[in-house]
Amino acid sequence: MTSTADLVCRDLTKDFKDFRAVDHVSFEVPQGSFFSILGPSGCGKTTLLRMIAGFQFPTSGDLLIKGKSMIDVGPNKRPVSMVFQHLALFPMMDIGKNIGFGLRQRGVPAAEIKQRVGRVLERVGLPGIENRQVSQLSGGQKQRVAIARCMVLEPDVLLLDEPLGALDLKLREHMKIELKALQAEFNTTFVYITHDQSEALVMSDNIAVMNKGQFDQIGTAKELYYEPANAFVAGFVGDANRFEGKVTAVNGQIVTIETEGGGVQQAHASAKVPSIGQRAQAFVRPEAIELSKTPFASATHPNASAQIVDSVLFNGANSVAILRDPKSGETLQAALPQTGEFLGLGKGEAIHANWNAGQARCFVAEGQ
Amino acid sequence: MVTDRSKLGFYLLLSPLLLWLVTLIILPHIGLFAVSMSEKVGVREYETGFGNYAVFFNEPLYWRTFARTAFMSILTTVLTLLLGFPIAYYIAKLTRGRTKTTLFLMCLIPFWVSELVRTFGWMILLRETGVLSNFLQYTGILSEPVEFLYNDAAIMVGLVYTSILFMIVPLVTTLDSLDDSLIEAGYDLGGSGFSILREIVIPHAMPGIVSGCIVVFMLSLGNYLTPILLGGKDSLWFTGLIYTQFITRFNWELGSAFGFLLLGLSSAVVFLGLKLSRQSLSDTMGR
Amino acid sequence: MKLGLVATSALIAALSTTAVSAETLRLLTWGGYAPEDVIALFEEETGHTVEVTTSNNEEMIAKLRATNGGGFDLAQPSQDRITSAQEEFGIYKPIDMSRVDAAQIIPSMLEATATNTTFDGAVFGLPHVWGTSGLIVNTAKAAQVTDYVDLCDASVAGSVSYRLKRPTLIGFAFSMGLDPFAAYADADAYKGILDQVEAKLTECKPNVKTYWDGGDEIQNLLRSGEVVAAMAWDTGGWQLNADNADITFVAPKAGALGWIDTFVLPSRGRADDAAYDWINFVMRPDIASMITNTAGNFTAAVNGDSEVSAELKARYQGSFDQAAIDNIKWYPPVPAGLEALEGATLDRVNAAK
Repeated sequence: MTSTADLVCRDLTKDFKDFRAVDHVSFEVPQGSFFSILGPSGCGKTTLLRMIAGFQFPTSGDLLIKGKSMIDVGPNKRPVSMVFQHLALFPMMDIGKNIGFGLRQRGVPAAEIKQRVGRVLERVGLPGIENRQVSQLSGGQKQRVAIARCMVLEPDVLLLDEPLGALDLKLREHMKIELKALQAEFNTTFVYITHDQSEALVMSDNIAVMNKGQFDQIGTAKELYYEPANAFVAGFVGDANRFEGKVTAVNGQIVTIETEGGGVQQAHASAKVPSIGQRAQAFVRPEAIELSKTPFASATHPNASAQIVDSVLFNGANSVAILRDPKSGETLQAALPQTGEFLGLGKGEAIHANWNAGQARCFVAEGQ
Repeated sequence: MVTDRSKLGFYLLLSPLLLWLVTLIILPHIGLFAVSMSEKVGVREYETGFGNYAVFFNEPLYWRTFARTAFMSILTTVLTLLLGFPIAYYIAKLTRGRTKTTLFLMCLIPFWVSELVRTFGWMILLRETGVLSNFLQYTGILSEPVEFLYNDAAIMVGLVYTSILFMIVPLVTTLDSLDDSLIEAGYDLGGSGFSILREIVIPHAMPGIVSGCIVVFMLSLGNYLTPILLGGKDSLWFTGLIYTQFITRFNWELGSAFGFLLLGLSSAVVFLGLKLSRQSLSDTMGR
Repeated sequence: MKLGLVATSALIAALSTTAVSAETLRLLTWGGYAPEDVIALFEEETGHTVEVTTSNNEEMIAKLRATNGGGFDLAQPSQDRITSAQEEFGIYKPIDMSRVDAAQIIPSMLEATATNTTFDGAVFGLPHVWGTSGLIVNTAKAAQVTDYVDLCDASVAGSVSYRLKRPTLIGFAFSMGLDPFAAYADADAYKGILDQVEAKLTECKPNVKTYWDGGDEIQNLLRSGEVVAAMAWDTGGWQLNADNADITFVAPKAGALGWIDTFVLPSRGRADDAAYDWINFVMRPDIASMITNTAGNFTAAVNGDSEVSAELKARYQGSFDQAAIDNIKWYPPVPAGLEALEGATLDRVNAAK
């Protein structure tokens, strides 16, 4: 066995009658890691997950778990377990029966089932609830029971299909941390799909950004955030200001773009460097924008501009200011540090903004 | 004032139901019971007593027919369930949108004609010079005409056909409400098709199964046309006995007693069925 | 002033007579006894309207019993079933002979019916249609069947049908050389006859394809050839004869069983005028012929066969020569309580294996 990865997908493709849901996707998930697939709804991530679980058959490509091909293996024979979007706990059974279901199918003796169910419930922090009904549990408890039901089977890979989607915000924030802790506790490979970037960023060791059936980029949270591979990733992961315009100058990897409104920006092209005259997009994170009450020296600060405060969106440490360029009319979102200098910033005030071209990312516009 | 008015509204809404219950169900049954308790001793002379019920228990023909009717109705119910469940599962779980509506409608089509016509349809198919017999001769399976009509199997076929819709409808409704992800979860956790059916699908569909069974059992037990027309010389049905007592024998007293016994029998079987399946009537009918 | 009063009362009288003269006649009868064209003629002539409910002997009595003789203005049960029903349930009222045009009715039949339907000194029935039960035989396949008991012959095993009703008991009794009508008055003797018939019918049971229930059913069985000999009504045989010359009605050696369907007035009928109008109307020779042509049976009307189709007359004559007519066993009135004995016998035959 050459690969140590728990889960390997090779050129996995799934065609439906009139469209391709998953398009030549390849990736590896090492043992014990938390792997997220992040993408907007309809990007094919659910189809991909269902292929891994065995509910759908790939049109082409191969799928290996612990080095063994799973193409001809039915869902009930694969060493994977899945936590469903709405958890799919069996309402006709109590908690003990729910968790023991998989063990019963394997013909484990009743006494051992009882013992193992008790143990897994302890590990998810819900000891002694075997005799309760599903309807008697809170949302977070159900979540943990659903995970326990899978983990009691000691699967090689645990698949999670947006299981936090149905929870309220507060509980969701809490469960993110808890899921990560459970993954560490069980030391099992988790494959998690979500459309919520903050879930993916917080929990994952590695994230794949999926769009239109393809993986645009696989990397750590930091890599995706700071080194997005393309315009889609830059726009989808984290907040960003986006500019589009014509390339007027190229200096090494620094590209100068002139927008429709007449604004001139410089940005760093890390992937393909566009040529002069091409259309290009630039992305700047709000926190990369530097604010000042005094003008920046335009010679040393090519991205400096005078702005008017359009509104201030106060959100504690995550507060932002929406700025408007009086010349081009373009708006800009800038992180507003809640420190002394800008504390009293109000609507209509004049302010100067600037960012370092190295912190702005430039991509050739799509279709070029 | 407000509570008075809402109370009035409550009673006004209740009154049609009460009226229906009292005038169409309770009063006729009281009347029937009173008739069943009067023994005929001579021309226009009657005495009160349980004599009619005694006749039932002393005449083997009557209680044998009674037991036979109950047994065959239960058999019909079981057959209808075995046949209806896969159909309902297919309609509820394996088809979508238009196909689903079409299949459902196809189940309904036989009910656009009266039961009499449907039964005559079976007679045309099953009789000695009928479609089935001719077809089997044509294909060479049979060398001479065979009578498929006038026996208990023909009654079974007719009863199952007549009542299968009443099994499929509640089953489709309950199976529809079963989340597909529960079945997938069952497979995912290593379940086989059979264990998922037994542990997940059937427990979920239990209220539908029980309500379908109750309806089919009652319909079969109370059926008159199908057993009379399709059944043979020995195929007695309890409702036929009741009809004979009321109409050809002018013996309303015994007929009423039979009617009450049938009511008691059907209630007892339904009660037993609910107990055995550990369902409550409110669970089953509340859906 | 006085003139005005007279005028008003005259007007009221005029209105009320028209109200009386135009009634709705609710007729409880057999299929074919009230054809559409006859109803149309009657309504045109008298201004009454007719509502027809078709039924059979038992159901007629059951219906009238359920309403204590209400709901219908004129009913047509067979003459032998009238006195017992009147004795038990009191559902009829006597016929007012002064309102009947007796000259239209064959005197012998009128008299016989009057005798058979007299209860407590009052006459309850008038004769209308008469006919017989006997055998319908497919002569090409079962010419050997000439009497009721021949239905139990091995040569026709599995191709025979009859009803499990009282005419079958009576027919078999006659054909076994017994006289059930003579035993009507003696319950024990009658019981003895029934026991012999029961034994015969039980023994005969394997021969029977099915016990038929409705007229259509037995016609279908005979037409398809599944049944080659059956006990049934004469009209059924004649109708089949029209389609298949091999099948016809045969008067059994022991004698066909003759019945007369009557007119009776339900005790709580409301439209007696219309009822008597209907009786006098349908007993006219021309109307009686029309009814015979649809019902297939002859009526008690004088010259009632004058306009009956030649084919029907020919079929009738083919089935009945003078000896067969003389041999018809006419049902006498059934004493109350006899049906209970017969019922028990029929139940036992039904249950026998």
